[in-house]
Amino acid sequence: MSILKCSDPIALNLWYAIAPLDEVLIGETAQTILLEQPIAYTRNHTGEIVAWVHDVASGGNPETDRLPIKERYGYFWTSLGTPDADIFPIPEYDEQDRRNIHAASFGVNVSAPRLVENFLDMGHFPYVHTDILGAEPHTEVKEYFVEVSKERDEILATNCKFWQPMAAAVASGGMDVDYVYRVPHPYSAVLYKSNPTDPERMDVIAIFIQPTSQETLRVHMLLSLLDESNDDISIRLFQQTIFGQDKPILENQYPKRLPLDPRAETPIRADKSAIAYRRWLSDKGITYGVIPAAA
Amino acid sequence: MIKLYDYELSGNCYKLRLLMSFLGVEYESKLIDFYPGNQHKSEGFRQINPLGQLPVVDDDGLVLRDAQAILVYLASKYDASGKWYPRDNPALLGQISQWLAFADGITATASAARLHDALFYTQIDVDAARAGANTLFRILDEHLYFAEEAGQDWICPGDHPTIADIACFPYIMLSEEGGVSRMDYPAIRRWCDRFKRIPGFTVMSGVFPAGPAVSGSIVSAA
Ligand SMILES: N[C@@H](CCC(=O)N[C@@H](CS)C(=O)NCC(=O)O)C(=O)O
Ligand SMILES: [Fe+2]
Repeated sequence: MSILKCSDPIALNLWYAIAPLDEVLIGETAQTILLEQPIAYTRNHTGEIVAWVHDVASGGNPETDRLPIKERYGYFWTSLGTPDADIFPIPEYDEQDRRNIHAASFGVNVSAPRLVENFLDMGHFPYVHTDILGAEPHTEVKEYFVEVSKERDEILATNCKFWQPMAAAVASGGMDVDYVYRVPHPYSAVLYKSNPTDPERMDVIAIFIQPTSQETLRVHMLLSLLDESNDDISIRLFQQTIFGQDKPILENQYPKRLPLDPRAETPIRADKSAIAYRRWLSDKGITYGVIPAAA
Repeated sequence: MIKLYDYELSGNCYKLRLLMSFLGVEYESKLIDFYPGNQHKSEGFRQINPLGQLPVVDDDGLVLRDAQAILVYLASKYDASGKWYPRDNPALLGQISQWLAFADGITATASAARLHDALFYTQIDVDAARAGANTLFRILDEHLYFAEEAGQDWICPGDHPTIADIACFPYIMLSEEGGVSRMDYPAIRRWCDRFKRIPGFTVMSGVFPAGPAVSGSIVSAA
């Protein structure tokens, strides 16, 4: 294997979602980039997914440069290093009556941590997702709890509440929505929000980020919903509309990497969950996609 | 009712949503899974448009493709005021057609760069697309600068915007998603701001309403 451009050992040893399983076809080789390293993948005759590092000069060898593969949540995952843990659990994915839908993989010109932080922030709903996920004058982010979970090494934000005009494709009007956020991976996050049709259960939306460089990424969006009335296309397009609104906001963030120094940005922008996320990244010693705090 | 084969993130579909919103014409959207489903390339959709492209409009059995062609049709048929496409003014019609063709050039460059960056159309030569977009933006910026000097607000002469403005707006407004900044085109930026204030203006995902007329925008907190 050639020398990798990414020198952050933590980032190198993580698992990353690369593509939805149904887009990996027998006899077709596709290419993408992970942490600045070009990789290629295909499905071989036995139906197994194979991925390998792919250098422009040598082309790469599917046998000797082979990368580890896992299939999870409708995507295949790989790593450029040696992961010391399994991919984080999303138990809801296996519930029989859920609709598991790949919404899209989008390219965004921003660092992965900036996208995670935007995903955690409810404050932008009324301004960016006007009349869908928020509306004036319901702009207040009420007090919520944030902790590093006791069971697992992940950030957990609970008791988040927000009034939403159109919480999901299946919503028929405004409602108070409860949210729970998990950050179980430096570049991935999972949110749970009240389902408009079943008060007892929650919809799940996950973002799995594949950093292509420190300031560019590919994000894979998974929906695991309780919705018996909309077809897959409407559900998918609803989520794409939401994400299309975030995209220009994300791409206008400056600097593109996330500053981890607690004094770097104003407390309004870096709210409670953002502060916890930045500290968690700092404690792990992550350097890829961030501006580390001065020692 | 008019049926629009539609995809939210498509700037070409947005052109038609804009015109119909300005005119207050009702329509029904038939949502197409453009990405990642590639539904516009399916056998079924090619029966509707053999080019495999959005948008397409079906108005009572008349099926039309190409955003610019559809703008001409809809404005001719549904704009009683005749202002968006003044059919009795040959000089103006010539100018409108010229800028409609220019708008298709914006699709081929600025929109191509956006498809490359956001939707992984990796076969696109993104440097060539960005350079092409900058060439067109430079030309339009200069044109709009002289129009302003002559007291004109819009791409074509007159006191009312035309379908030429509609055709050029979406992929200029979305250009940053393809890495094409509008920083160096101040006349274009002023024109975008005027465009957003046309009564009936509507947004698409990725385009935000005009900020308050005097001070800055509220979106900055996001
Ligand atoms: N000249 C056409 C271009 C349309 C176009 O490029 N449409 C895009 C979607 S916004 C499309 O369908 N692209 C697929 C392709 O060209 O193969 C128009 O203005 O309508
Ligand atoms: Fe958002």
